[in-house]
Amino acid sequence: MNNAIQINDVALELNGTPILRGVSFDIGQGEYVSIIGPNGAGKTTLLRCLLGMYSYNGSARINGTECRGYDSRALARQVSYVPQTHDIEFPLAVYDFVMMGRYPYLSALSPAQKQDEEAVERALQITGTGQFRNRTLRTLSGGERQKVYIAAALAQETPVMLLDEPATFLDWRHQTEVMKLLKKINAECGATILAVNHDLNSAAHWSDRIIALKNGKTLFSGTPQELIQPAPLETLFETAFVRKETLAPASEQ
Amino acid sequence: MKLKFAILILLSLAALIVFPMLGSTDVLHDPMGREILMKLRFPRVLTAFLAGIALASSGMIFQALFRNPLATPDTLGVSGGAALGATLWMRFGAPLLLIGVTGASIAGFLGALGTVLLVYGLARFKSGFSSATLLLAGVAVNLFLSSLILLMQYFSDPGETFRMIRWLMGGFSVVGFATPVNLAVFTVIGLMITALLTREMNLLLTGEELAGARGVNVDRTKKMLFFSASLMTGAAVAFCGPIAFVGLMVPHICRQFTGSDHRKLFPAVILLGGAFMVICDGLARTLLAPVEMPAGLITSLLGGPFFLWLLLKKS
Repeated sequence: MNNAIQINDVALELNGTPILRGVSFDIGQGEYVSIIGPNGAGKTTLLRCLLGMYSYNGSARINGTECRGYDSRALARQVSYVPQTHDIEFPLAVYDFVMMGRYPYLSALSPAQKQDEEAVERALQITGTGQFRNRTLRTLSGGERQKVYIAAALAQETPVMLLDEPATFLDWRHQTEVMKLLKKINAECGATILAVNHDLNSAAHWSDRIIALKNGKTLFSGTPQELIQPAPLETLFETAFVRKETLAPASEQ
Repeated sequence: MKLKFAILILLSLAALIVFPMLGSTDVLHDPMGREILMKLRFPRVLTAFLAGIALASSGMIFQALFRNPLATPDTLGVSGGAALGATLWMRFGAPLLLIGVTGASIAGFLGALGTVLLVYGLARFKSGFSSATLLLAGVAVNLFLSSLILLMQYFSDPGETFRMIRWLMGGFSVVGFATPVNLAVFTVIGLMITALLTREMNLLLTGEELAGARGVNVDRTKKMLFFSASLMTGAAVAFCGPIAFVGLMVPHICRQFTGSDHRKLFPAVILLGGAFMVICDGLARTLLAPVEMPAGLITSLLGGPFFLWLLLKKS
């Protein structure tokens, strides 16, 4: 099996502060992996390295090509991104926003082609956001808006999708809907998914594998069952964990 | 949408054709009329049209760059920077003409570029472009720049001071086509660069991080936009003075009927920006005829309340 993401000893300093101090892990094609870790562990920074935003040391490859120095359009055809915060001051229509996912395929002055419109329609259909197409983003609820952001990433038609805390700030129902949607994208579209997740339970419940970061280093990589043990958790969060019951694996849902 | 653009095109054409006819001299029947029309009125209307386009487009660009509808050449202090550059040139610079381009407009461009980079750096340093940070940074920079301009006036002789003050009020008293042609060179370059980046500006509205992740070369796009907006603001201010609030009002009004998509917004801003400035100048010339007011007074009288209304509506 080819690896979709290969990270080898990635280190990064920002303004003289070391944020990443040697992160290494691989993610296979079609895997659904969550990154967890305490605040300041470098989770978001690692995603940004994969998006080509920082010039890190070490090696971070997506489908075999180094992310640092990748042409920005070419990289955007390999990896899409759903950010943590959505603050847009201007009224933007949902359809136009999802169409922005087609940017890496469009040349400067040419209008959207048939295949772009089809990709947008597919994305709206999979995420169930077609009904909002003419509304502006601001008129949507947090959960609806998150699905539209996922739709825009989906319209990018990339083999890898990165998400930064996709379900934080949502109520329980919308959290579940968003996580189910990601699982569906993972299964039906074959996308490799790497999501930062603050919620340990949700990460353990939904992902194939969990990677734990601490102080800019990889602390743990393995199945949810391997992680949800008092010993690794206490090392990770430096607090006592009491295990009360066994978590059901995701496949039983 | 087509009908709206047809109306805008008609409005601009009407402004360009009708307004040269208006004024204290009847240019159609007076024997001197033809001369006045060709040497004074047409150049003046053309200058106003180009300055309107330049300032309104710069406003639209700054709003996309700072992701804030209150970012304009005036609120960010960019007009002030251009004014300082141009004043410095007027006071100390040689009457230099480089391939037909005046030194004042280049100095205005450098002043504008320096200021916008300073304010952008300040706002970024405070991590975010919230209205409060932007407006406060703009106010501080503006005050600082105007005190430098005042200092320069203080050390000038009375005639020079009077000229500077009249210029700072903003107006289009030009003779012949040298000024509009000069302004056109700067404006057209700025417009062409901006026209290539309409899709990128749409993406910048969603945030730099997401725009980058969608494949926009954010650094290069920002540099090009800063360059073209400074070019247009710098030239407009150097030739016509810091005419306030056009960069706020025109993009805002256009957004009401084209939405935020820059592929539609930008042409609308060009058409309305030109027409709006010609109309303001027409009002300035005719309201108290035969006394001519500077057009900057009209835009400020309209723009001040408009800005306050926007600010109140936002919060």
